[in-house]
Amino acid sequence: MASYILRRLLLTLPVLAGIVLITFLLARLSGDPTDLLLPPNATDEAREAFRSVNGLDRPLWEQFVTFAIKAVTGDFGTSLRFEQPAMQLVLDRLPATAELAAATMVIALSIGIPAGVIAATQRGHMADGLIRAIMLLGQAVPSFFLGVLGIIVFATWLRWLPTGGRGDWSQLVLPATTLAFNLVALIARVTRSCMLDVLKQDYVRTARAKGVWESRVIWLHALRNAFIPVLTVIGLQVGLLLGGVVVTETIFSWPGVGRLAIQAIYARDFPVVQAVVFVFAVIFVLVNLVVDLLYALLDPRIGYR
Amino acid sequence: MMKASTQHEHMSAAGRDLDEAEVLRVENLAAHLHTGGGVVRAVDGVSFSLRKGETLCIVGESGCGKSMTALAILGLLPRPAGRIVSGRVVLAGVGDLAMLSAEAMRKVRGRSISMVFQEPMTSLNPVFRIGWQISEAILMHEAIGREAARARAIAMLELVGIPSPETRYDAYPHQLSGGMRQRVMIAIALACQPQVMLADEPTTALDVTIQAQILRLMNRLKTETGSSLLLITHDLGVVAQMATRVCVMYAGVIVEEADVGALFARPLHPYTRGLLAAIPTSRSGGARGKLSTIAGMVPNLARLEPGCRFAARCPDVHDRCRMAEPPLAAPEGAGEGGRGVRCWLHLSAGPVAPALEAAP
Ligand SMILES: Nc1ncnc2c1ncn2[C@@H]1O[C@H](COP(=O)(O)OP(=O)(O)OP(=O)(O)O)[C@@H](O)[C@H]1O
Ligand SMILES: [Mg+2]
Repeated sequence: MASYILRRLLLTLPVLAGIVLITFLLARLSGDPTDLLLPPNATDEAREAFRSVNGLDRPLWEQFVTFAIKAVTGDFGTSLRFEQPAMQLVLDRLPATAELAAATMVIALSIGIPAGVIAATQRGHMADGLIRAIMLLGQAVPSFFLGVLGIIVFATWLRWLPTGGRGDWSQLVLPATTLAFNLVALIARVTRSCMLDVLKQDYVRTARAKGVWESRVIWLHALRNAFIPVLTVIGLQVGLLLGGVVVTETIFSWPGVGRLAIQAIYARDFPVVQAVVFVFAVIFVLVNLVVDLLYALLDPRIGYR
Repeated sequence: MMKASTQHEHMSAAGRDLDEAEVLRVENLAAHLHTGGGVVRAVDGVSFSLRKGETLCIVGESGCGKSMTALAILGLLPRPAGRIVSGRVVLAGVGDLAMLSAEAMRKVRGRSISMVFQEPMTSLNPVFRIGWQISEAILMHEAIGREAARARAIAMLELVGIPSPETRYDAYPHQLSGGMRQRVMIAIALACQPQVMLADEPTTALDVTIQAQILRLMNRLKTETGSSLLLITHDLGVVAQMATRVCVMYAGVIVEEADVGALFARPLHPYTRGLLAAIPTSRSGGARGKLSTIAGMVPNLARLEPGCRFAARCPDVHDRCRMAEPPLAAPEGAGEGGRGVRCWLHLSAGPVAPALEAAP
């Protein structure tokens, strides 16, 4: 298992190299970074000086190598706005985002999975119809809309919850629920269809023939199998979840990486934007690795090879 | 003379108790499947009786309702399509299984009556260790500790002839061959020493040498554990090797019932005769080495015509066969005990008093 993880980590190296390249190109795609990084009214001398200080007068490949070496050591330059190392800024915000993502995942799984299982076992009955209707809604309504709606209803009208910020758990409820909503719908839908498939399998009949309690047949024998494809789907959603983080953190003034990204973009704080993109890409790769490991743990037919 | 089912079933249905030698009696069992294409009468009034230590074979073509009969007995008809519509399934010491509550039926399954399925490759849960799957069957019914259950499961693995059972306890199903998996299924089925084991074509998916091993194993274990065996098959070779009694099933009903020797020596129903003629090394005198097949197809169980179900394929069909369905009854001048046939050719009355046990 350890060697499997090591091999998988080694395999992510080319991916990380690609990420570094893309992050580098981000600064070049829109032309000369000097225009991005300096105010429009900067003098020509200032521009020249900036170019030579930042090595922008060197050949592109040389600039890339310099950038790559620095990026690998976590040096993305200094934030133009906060005058701090860009990577440090991002890492400081990471715990808040991790907290939000974890709360979101807990909500999404603890609602989505039971909803999917119940819909599958009650197929064609009222509970199934109700859950499916809510799922449809959950998939159709964008999270920013839900977020704003949540603020109006629960923060402004009912005054049950604060409108934003980070501190105690009450401030976590609205953003996490908002972010979880689409995910709940997705997980419930996938769980339902996987359960319907698994409940038809011969081994479910075997479990019943052994005299296993019906609840145990469903929640242990069937769900343990149905969860494997659900996990795959969750893994595929990580990218979307990261996108949702940016929107949700902004709506609820959640001091995480996503909000920092938006602020940095508006402030033309390019080093920070690059650091965020890099960190998000690394998280994406790592989460996929974890999902693959879990997958192999849950399904004995998949060996660590 | 014990005449368990056949024409006496209405009389015996009045008394709830089984004969002393009987462990399972199925009376007039009907199970329907409600599908988009209509109501499939998969089991349409089946009666038979299984005695202690006996192996009763149900034999018949694909789609005649053999599996559904077994699943109906166990209360495991496909959901939500399947339902028992009438009949009784009386198990010794328990009573009518068809009347039991879900929880009472659960307690019976795996403990008093268990089942081995046709598909060993898919019948074990792929994500659990095989030993765990055997232990679970024990823990569901007996108040013993995990360690004791584990020891019993290992003993079961040994009993069904799995080498190094201690290590194999921790194997996953995909690490075993089909034959080994079917042994595990048998271990699960016998773990609580049930009175009755149902085996639905347990060897059909296996190759010939493994088939013989599994059949021998089931024969041995049946004797050792004192269970009775209801063996479903479409293979008359298996019947000859295993059965004490045979029920021939056709289109949802039993068309002939006899001791195994009598059936092979003197098959009465034209369908049985056709089946026997269709095996290469037939023991029936009539086949004379010539291989034949039964022309035509099993009728659609959702759209049954009145009259005998075999009429359309029967070489000896008469007018009366199309008018009314014959009852399963003792043939005219039958010497052998417990023999029944569902054919006008062998019944004296003709279609005047039709279908004694046909459900309304
Ligand atoms: N899940 C189901 N839904 C609807 N009809 C079904 C279902 N399963 C089986 N049937 C129908 O019920 C009838 C009896 O099927 P059954 O499985 O009992 O046959 P069988 O004798 O066991 O055949 P085989 O030898 O192929 O296993 C068949 O006509 C079949 O088409
Ligand atoms: Mg079958």
